[in-house]
This record gives sequence, C-alpha cells and structure tokens, in this order.
Amino acid sequence: MTEQFKMDAPATDRRLDGMAQGLVGAPLDRPEGPLKVSGTATYADEYRLENLAHGMLVRAPGNSGRVRLANRDAVAAMPGVLAVIHDPRLLRNPAQGTANKAPVQDANEAHYLGQPVALVVAESFEHARHAAHALKIELEGGTPRPVDPETAAIEPQSSKGLDQGDLDRAMTEAVHAVDVTYRTPSHSSAPMEPHASIAQWDGENLTLRGSYQMLKYNRNELADALGIHPDRVRILAPYVGGGFGSKLGLAPEAVAAAIAAKETGRPVSVALTRPQVFETTMRRSETRQRIRLAADAEGRLAGIGQAALVSNLPGEVFAEPVLQATHFLYAGENRRLSLDLARVHRLCAGSVRAPGEAVGITVLECAMDELAEAAGIDPVELRRRNIPEKDPESGKEFSSRRFREALDSGAEAFGWSDRPATRSRREGEWWIGYGMASAARVNVLMESRARVTLAPDGSAKVETDMTDIGTGTYAILGQIAGEMLGLPRDRVEVVLGDTDLPPASGSGGSWGAASSGTSVYVACQAIRAQLAERLGVAETELTLKDGQAVFDNRTETLAEILKGDEIAKEGHVLPGDTSKAVRQATFGAYFVEVAVNGVTGETRVRRMHGSFAAGRILNAKTARSQCLGGMIFGIGMALTEELAFDDRDGHVANHNLAEYHIPVNADVPQITVELLEERDDWASPLQAKGIGELGICGAAGAIVNAIHNATGVRVRDFPATLDKVIAGL
Amino acid sequence: MTGPVATTITTTINGAEHRIDRADGRMLLDVLRDDLGLTGAKYGCGMAQCGACTVLVDGRPARACVLRTGRVAGRNITTLEGLAEPDGRLHPVQQAFLECEGAQCGYCLNGMVMTTLALLADTPAPTEAEIRDALRHNLCRCGTHTEIIASARRAAELMGDRNA
Ligand code: FES
Ligand code: FES
Repeated sequence: MTEQFKMDAPATDRRLDGMAQGLVGAPLDRPEGPLKVSGTATYADEYRLENLAHGMLVRAPGNSGRVRLANRDAVAAMPGVLAVIHDPRLLRNPAQGTANKAPVQDANEAHYLGQPVALVVAESFEHARHAAHALKIELEGGTPRPVDPETAAIEPQSSKGLDQGDLDRAMTEAVHAVDVTYRTPSHSSAPMEPHASIAQWDGENLTLRGSYQMLKYNRNELADALGIHPDRVRILAPYVGGGFGSKLGLAPEAVAAAIAAKETGRPVSVALTRPQVFETTMRRSETRQRIRLAADAEGRLAGIGQAALVSNLPGEVFAEPVLQATHFLYAGENRRLSLDLARVHRLCAGSVRAPGEAVGITVLECAMDELAEAAGIDPVELRRRNIPEKDPESGKEFSSRRFREALDSGAEAFGWSDRPATRSRREGEWWIGYGMASAARVNVLMESRARVTLAPDGSAKVETDMTDIGTGTYAILGQIAGEMLGLPRDRVEVVLGDTDLPPASGSGGSWGAASSGTSVYVACQAIRAQLAERLGVAETELTLKDGQAVFDNRTETLAEILKGDEIAKEGHVLPGDTSKAVRQATFGAYFVEVAVNGVTGETRVRRMHGSFAAGRILNAKTARSQCLGGMIFGIGMALTEELAFDDRDGHVANHNLAEYHIPVNADVPQITVELLEERDDWASPLQAKGIGELGICGAAGAIVNAIHNATGVRVRDFPATLDKVIAGL
Repeated sequence: MTGPVATTITTTINGAEHRIDRADGRMLLDVLRDDLGLTGAKYGCGMAQCGACTVLVDGRPARACVLRTGRVAGRNITTLEGLAEPDGRLHPVQQAFLECEGAQCGYCLNGMVMTTLALLADTPAPTEAEIRDALRHNLCRCGTHTEIIASARRAAELMGDRNA
C-alpha cells in the first residue's frame, strides 16, 4: 500500500516536535560504523564472485580523430586476455546527475584526451592492466580542436540570466562601486573510492555492484546504454566511498563491465585507476566571473552584476550554474546576471559538490569584501545591510532564512570584533588576518519512495534504494522511523542501496536527507494511522514510545496491538506547490583566521568557524560532519586545488593525488560548526532542508578575504597559491 | 612493466601462515584483496599517495599498493581484519574511531586506523602535533579530519587504559 504525499502547502503541524522517542536531531552514531571500522562494509569492488574476470579501460590518446585499435589481435592473444572490447555502446561521456537516460556513447571517435575507447578483459587484474598498456590506440584524420574556454566558441545561456533595471546607470551613480574579474579553476570531486563496477549476468538479467549516488536514475541510464529494459537491471550500492557529484550519473566503467560480462559469460570487475578518475569522470568547470557591485554611501546595494564564463564539451547541456544563489542572496534593484558556455574538448564538466554556489558565491563574497573595503564598512555589517526583505527578483517570500542570525552568531562565536586592520598584525614572519563570507545554497525537495515495515514483534525495517555516500542516511532514516513509531534506534533496521527496493531521490543536490526522510515519515504516518485505527483512537492522540502505545491513559505494547500481524507501508513524496510559492534556500556564514608567511607567501588556515541554518537538523553529529567536510573542501578550493589542462590537447596534466592537492591534516585547523535551530515548514514535513553542500558555498572566499586582511594582497585567481600571494607582498 | 611471474612465497598474515603463488609483479594490496578476500585495505590511488591501502609489515605502516609481494616473504603482516579479538571485540583504536565518528564514507578509515596503531606503538601518548604529523600523508576527501584527529587522541586514551 502506497501513501502519497505532495508538498503543496506548508507543514505547520510540525509533527516531529510532538513525538516522544527523542531520536530526531540527536547526535547519534552511524549504525554502520562497526562494519566500516572492521573492514566488513562492502564497497563496490569488494565482491570476489566466482570466476571473476577483470577489465581495464583504455583511453583515447588525443581529442580528435577516428579510433583504431592498431594491435588488437596481438593483445587479444596475450597471456590471460579474454577479450578486447571496442563496442559502440561504451560511454563517451559520463551521465549528468538525474539524466535518467544514456549519455553520449561513441568509442569510434575521440572527443577528449582520456575518453575510454576500449576495454581489455583478462583473468586477473594484473593481466588486464598489462595488456591494456600494450594496446595501441591510433587516431586517424583528427583536426585541431579548441581546448581553451577563453578563445573557444560561446553559447550564451540566456534562460539562466537576468536583466532587471539598469545596472550600467547604477554603476555610474554609485558612491562605492566594485568592478572586478575573478577566476576559479576546474576541480575534481576526487572521492577516495575510485569508481568501480562488477557486472554479472543471469541469463538476460544484469546485476551491477557499483559505486553510485542515484540508483533509480543509474538503473535507467545503464539499461538505456545497453538497449535493454530497466526491469532487467539491478544495481547494488550499499556502501559508497564518497561521491561529491562524480557518481551522480552513470560512468564508463559500468557499461564496459556489463558489455564485457555478457561477452565473456563471466562476472567482470572494472575499477578505475586514480588517473582514470581524474581523466574520465566529471570535472567542475573553471569559471571567469566579472562582478559589479554598485552601492550608496552606506554600502546599500543598488545594483549587482555577475557575468560568468564556464565550459563544457560540445553537445553537453550542463553549464556550471554560477548565478544560482546570486539571484536572491542580496538586495539591489538593478541586476544583470549572465552565463556563457564555451565549447571545449576537455573532459566532461558536471556536478562537483555544490555546483554553482561553490564557485559563484565564493567569488561574489570576495567582491563583497572588496566593496566593504572600498566603503570602509565592516564586512559583516555590509552583508547585514543588504539582506533583502523578499526575493529581489521574483518578490516571493523566503520560506525560512536565519541568515542575519548566522552572521551575528558566527561573528560572536569567532571573536570577529578583534579583527585587525588590513596588514597590521604580525607574529614573527607571519601576517595574521581575519576574513568572512556568507553561505547560501538553493533547497530542493525531490520525489522519493521508501517502504517501512512494522513487524509483529514491534521492530521496524526501512527499505529504499537510497544511498549513503558518507552522508549519514543509515543513521537519519532510522532516527525518523524510530521517532515516528516510538522505537529505540536499535529496533529499526535500515536497508539501502538496492534498486529492487522502492526508488528514492538519491544522494545529491543536498536533497537526499529531506526527500528520502520524508518518504519514511509518510510511510510511518500511515502505519501510525493504522495502529490508531486498531485502537479506536485518533492518530494524533497516540503517543508511541519505547515500543509502547499510550492513549486514553492506557498503555499497550506494539506487539499486543499488532496481534501477530505486520504493517507495511510505502511512503511516496512528490514536490509540490511550495517549491514555487516561496524562495527556499539555506544560509550561513564563515569566519576564518589565517597566517600568511611574509617571506614565502604560504598561507596557513589557523581556525575556521561556520554558523549554518538549514531547517530542522536530523542528526546533529552527521550534519556537523557534512558542514566540516564542505568547509574543508573550501580550504582546498582556496589554497591548492586546480585541475591543470595542457594547452595543446586539453588533457589533465595533474591526474593524481600528489599533483592535485586536496586538503590534508596539516592544512586543516581547528574548525567549529554551529547549527542554528530552524524549522522550515515549506521545505518538507520534516521542516528540514539540505545541508550536504552548504559548507562549501562561499568558504573559500572567507579564506581569500582573510589573506587580504592579513597582507593587503587580493588574489583574484584561485587558488591563492604562494606565488600569487608573494607577488603582492 | 612486466606481467605476473610464477614465484611462490610464504608470509604471515594476521597470525596465519600463507603461501602466495604468482607473487612477483603483483602488489600486496591486490593479493590481499583479490586472492585472500581481505578487503579492509583499500585502493585509493595505487601510487603511495593516499594511504587508503595501509597495512603493517612487522609493525611498521606500509603502503600495500606499491609493495611488491615478493618483498614480504617471511614477514609479519597485519591488516585491519587482524585487529579485533577473536570474539569480535574491537581493538581500542577501532573503538576510538567508532566513538569519535572518525569516518563519513569510511573509505580512508583503514589507513587512518592502521597508521594510528603504528603511531601509538612508538608513541603511546602523542601530542596533537605528533598525531597530525603521523597522519599527514593519509588523505580523506569527506573532510573528516577533525573527527579523525579526535579519534586518534581517543585511541591513545583507550590504549593507555588497556595497558594500565
Ligand atoms: S592506494 Fe596505496 S597509497 Fe593510495
Ligand atoms: S571518510 Fe570518506 S574519505 Fe575519509
């Protein structure tokens, strides 16, 4: 029995606040922790199926030309080799998030250097790797192709832009004006678990053990790529070693494994090597952003302009949504926002943690810091003065927005009032500075389903194809069910990551927790209604706690009420009118102290604080971890991370973790996180919004602003590596 | 690069003696994961850059992804699977990472636990700086650094209790 719920009106009943078990919001441990810490949680490439063969992808050595396998027969005859696969169904590009159909497939024509064009399958991983290295790929008839976004053909994305009022005039009339151009480089998600898939056929039915974020979509993408019905595809992904966008859509290894398994009649594992992860999964587009801010004497904005250039492969519709939160973060009547997409032959651009805001708000917040300096106004105060009453473009109300509180409370917690004047505080060789930035991220509710079964013994089971990519899904879905059904956490089992289970929203876009959580909530509501019916009371009169029902001054155990029956309900949530009626977003503020070495230009982040408001917090511990994770991503963005592309052929020059620098323990200081109490009735019946990406949406800006406060040096070209800082010292 | 060569070695893994065929030209990580089903150690980079594959060889942390299996003949290898008591009780270092939520996705966790274990063997009461130094070459992309450092600190406490 399916219970459908459409989010058409604000959920002002706030049912969770009236429940008795006390689980939702509590900082409970992850239930899967013991499996992870003992090495028994099974990630994608950890099923040693009988007769397992191994495949290794082979890449195109250039970005143009017809692909020819020059020594295919010789490689096929090498020891241990089972097949050399060069199949038109191989993926050219990975699928974009929620694509729901196959991405471009083409192994015959090269489009970017790194594109997988063949798969070598062998008895062992070592045989496959050895033979893959031996396979010679030649490209015939290629022509030079654009790889530099600055000189490539441009496609304006006018539907994303806006021209309201007269920005040029506002700039001319402004007392304080800022007109600056920033650049951010391409980034890689670089999850610690490389993409891997094991494909196994049983007749015409395919089981794929993969490392994916959104199984319902991935299943359709895989079926479409292979030309089979989705009913024949099952994907399992109970544990995923991080994703950050790179595992939203189907990646090349899955299709290659499925084709190889069919052809060899054996289960086949295809695991990407780390360089392949860098070369063939999604990158975040680099951006060039011109920001214009026009303010009066008090720093009140009369105009905002953001003109962004991003890039992608020809034919790809994804354009890094840089403008997304600029649309509503600050007031200002005259607004001109535009997005241009350059067509280049670099690897595919797509979602990397917080697509849009991660770079768009970061740069906007650097420009706001420049305005604060020009106007002689404290950066926090400047933000406070520009909080719009309503959405400055649509005129809609905000669903909930504790932005001002985040600014104030964060400043207080950090000790912002002690901020030094620019380039004034020195400790030995080190310049010390403070910086801050706002955080903002759009909020979305997505369709999602889950089944909850209350067993005769009064224990419960939650089942959905939702994933836990480190985000805490196992924890929070169990907490929601336990809260609604009055069960201690250990009486609720959560089963995830299997497309045989009801299809969920998937993990991405920060929508996973609220969407899948709501589906569990809806199912539990239906179970509560049935329990109440059995007892002849109104559902709202029923208090469920510790496996017992309390009503009319009576107490009965769930087992007594169930009398040997089980109650199973499927909850199905759909987004509705509330997504259009109001502006929904999450907000926050970052505060950072840096020390910049006056001799070397090296920046050390000394401490960092974030205050965030994202509706109801479902688990204070996992939510905090997500915020910390986002802020640490921000440290990488600010100081070290940059995918470097070769000028001639566009290949990734730094395709490993020694050259693409993600933050390590030495880079990460003391970080504190404050989660503000908030309820958002418009967002979901849980009053929860997304939190998985909020921590990165501006964080790098706070660091670069702190570098300026410390040294007086403005770095407008991310990352702020020491060469760029020292040039201004 | 050469293909696998037929060489057989014996080595001790988690207290049990193992005979490993085709030892040359293969990395210990692949032997552990593919042949022995010991998947606690992870592949993260294959180039000694991330630490996800860390095992202990004679008590010292080693990166199994670049360790040729032929080199561990006669050595004593400990993997994550070898830490818990036979009755399943977790090792104090594992317990500490559990208590302090020292993992989000959990993929880097093996390296963090094994490296902490090796640190505490040498330095039972490390300072925070020593912990950071010991873990500085172990990468985590989830940004669990703060919790990982806290876990290592807690591990030192729990180990101290055990040895007291
Ligand atoms: S997998 Fe061995 S160090 Fe990365
Ligand atoms: S917890 Fe995911 S990589 Fe460290």
